[in-house]
Amino acid sequence: MTISIDPQKTNNESFQPKGWLRYFSFSLDHKVIGIQYLVCGFLFYLIGGTLASAIRIELASPMSDFMPRDVYNQVLTLHGTIMIFLWIVPVVNGAFGNYLIPFYVGARDMAFPRLNAVAFWLIPPSGLMLVASYFVEGAAQAGWTAYPPLSITTPQSGQIIWILSVLLLGGSSIFGGINFIATIIKLRRPGLKLMQLPMYCWAMLGTSLLVVLSTPVLAGTLILLSFDIIANTGFFNPVLGGNVVVYQHLFWFYSHPAVYIMVLPAFGLVSEILPVHARKPLFGYTTMVFSIMGIVVLGLVVWAHHMFTSGTPPWMRLFFTIATAFIAVPTGIKFFNWVATLWGGKISINSAMLFSCGFIINFVFGGITGVALAQVPFDIHVHDTYFVVAHFHYIVYGGTVFIIFSSIYHWFPKVTGKMLNEKIGILHFIITFIGFNLCFAPQHWLGLNGMPRRVAEYDPQFQFVNQISSLGALLMAISTIPFLINVFLSVRNGKDAGDNPWNALTPEWLTSSPPPVENWEGEAPLVEEPYGYGKKISEQK
Amino acid sequence: MTTLDSSKEIQKNNSEVNETHEDFRMFGLITFLIADGMTFAGFFAAYLTYKAVNPLPDGAIFELELTIPTLNTILLLVSSATFHKAGKALLKDKNSDSQKWLFFTAFLGIIFLICQLFEYFHLPFGLTDNLFASTFYALTGFHGLHVTLGTLMILIITWQSRTNGGRLTSQNMFPLEAVELYWHFVDGIWVILFIILYLL
Repeated sequence: MTISIDPQKTNNESFQPKGWLRYFSFSLDHKVIGIQYLVCGFLFYLIGGTLASAIRIELASPMSDFMPRDVYNQVLTLHGTIMIFLWIVPVVNGAFGNYLIPFYVGARDMAFPRLNAVAFWLIPPSGLMLVASYFVEGAAQAGWTAYPPLSITTPQSGQIIWILSVLLLGGSSIFGGINFIATIIKLRRPGLKLMQLPMYCWAMLGTSLLVVLSTPVLAGTLILLSFDIIANTGFFNPVLGGNVVVYQHLFWFYSHPAVYIMVLPAFGLVSEILPVHARKPLFGYTTMVFSIMGIVVLGLVVWAHHMFTSGTPPWMRLFFTIATAFIAVPTGIKFFNWVATLWGGKISINSAMLFSCGFIINFVFGGITGVALAQVPFDIHVHDTYFVVAHFHYIVYGGTVFIIFSSIYHWFPKVTGKMLNEKIGILHFIITFIGFNLCFAPQHWLGLNGMPRRVAEYDPQFQFVNQISSLGALLMAISTIPFLINVFLSVRNGKDAGDNPWNALTPEWLTSSPPPVENWEGEAPLVEEPYGYGKKISEQK
Repeated sequence: MTTLDSSKEIQKNNSEVNETHEDFRMFGLITFLIADGMTFAGFFAAYLTYKAVNPLPDGAIFELELTIPTLNTILLLVSSATFHKAGKALLKDKNSDSQKWLFFTAFLGIIFLICQLFEYFHLPFGLTDNLFASTFYALTGFHGLHVTLGTLMILIITWQSRTNGGRLTSQNMFPLEAVELYWHFVDGIWVILFIILYLL
């Protein structure tokens, strides 16, 4: 059965506001929704960043003098939750996915535009609810993992608001995932084969599979946890005969794939950006596709490596160590493919390229510490120390956030029709890169020497290294200033970009900037070779 | 459905409005049901782990009678068949027959819920008595919520399949097919739940 697009029905949407007001409306246009995700996510990034700065100010001295200890716990919980559920997941999936995927598959919109708008509009209320919970009776204090029995014994209202808000955000994420799967599989332009899709489509397909398979488990778990808090049941309460390890298993069944939900789209985006700015085809397209799918499958069976100190039986430790180490194989393939893409290319040193290269450097470092953490003896030594904090910030900040900035520099001309200022952009990169490494590299040392995470006070011998780390955090905070100035200046007085300033070949550049509502005037172009740069590769050798 | 949000644009590109694409609403629904099934899978995994790891404490009561749940299993299986009948009837343009079958299906759903409540009130344990009691109520309750929503949706499409002016016809089968798939899914979950909770 086919559906014809009925002009009578679509006319109903003509009441929608025009201009900047449409970004505050229940718009069904995937481009508007993408920008809504991005701006909303960035506002929450500023809030989460402020909380991170508060944590680093507190940790600049060994005593808890900047804020009381329970406030510190609330701050770190909100920081983690906001950064994961309101900044990285919505932006790297929702924002870029919504903007780019319909272009890449040659469609005029997502498969389910109304569901798409619902998925976005779940985010601002749940985010505001989460932030506002601080003013109720104190926000949740149990960390973003909300491990019981801690989450059951800390003040209840904050924890319940946290659960509600994460449930809503999970729902939003599932709706988005369904939409992406349907769009990529079913809405492809006739004649466009799966193996001709740009790599970001594959990354989003893999990510959406993970979202659809694992997020509902988190929802179920949090429902049980809320029963424990409200109705006094004992699912996860050892006093009432419950089992806390079951919570950890169910939680990490979502939250380990969540790491891939945060980083796989970044893999896709960097695979779009590198070929354009290196003027070379993406190296090893087929291996890239199979690595993504390999990561999806393996990503679902490694969760217990977060639980090596939770009384895990030996066979489980063995299995999860091996499975985790195996993930390094597809990830390594991707890493070498990116390097090979750059190799011998005509690389232009611009902000997008610099942030992508920063991603590669940071990510390989975070990946190496990840393989180290998969080894049980080492993991038991550094479990719940700053080594783990450093490791995952290298993945999610050094990896994904660098790619978010890279993508903003890359696609800003398409979205606004204006170029971002390259000089300020490079300044932004330098401050971010130095600040980031200054902040998190010393934390490896702190963790190896036994400084525990999530504690407001520490042994005074760690003070100097902590102050270096706080200095790095200060630089990271400062780095957003040139970025914001750049965006505001460029939107108003930026250089006109033209339709295709990078001479890119992927379909979103084959239309005007900013694109019209139906994405293309006339029929969607058939792009069979999205990475067909520098065809005479034999001559380059 | 591809939606264009400006009437002006539509007139300008009149040729494009005639574009068609495959109906993938069912595809989206199946994806959603897989996600929903994963929630149940999480609950089942938790219950089975408890069963394997956490022994029932001394003096704790967790006994289940088989009569009502067996009756409920039969009710749901029959309701799946009657729903299928409704679809067949609508396909042959027999709207009033279809409506009768749908109404009967909703009726079976309501009987199921009443039996479930009856069982709740006559069980010798409450929600917070012990771990297994809690898990039992959480699992059956979450399933019962699905049956409630399904019954409501069946009542809605029963209303929509009325002969004069209903939007459900043999040309527009999707609402019925969607609710039917959902209903079969809920039945399937019940069968797994019945085996795991009552028979194991």
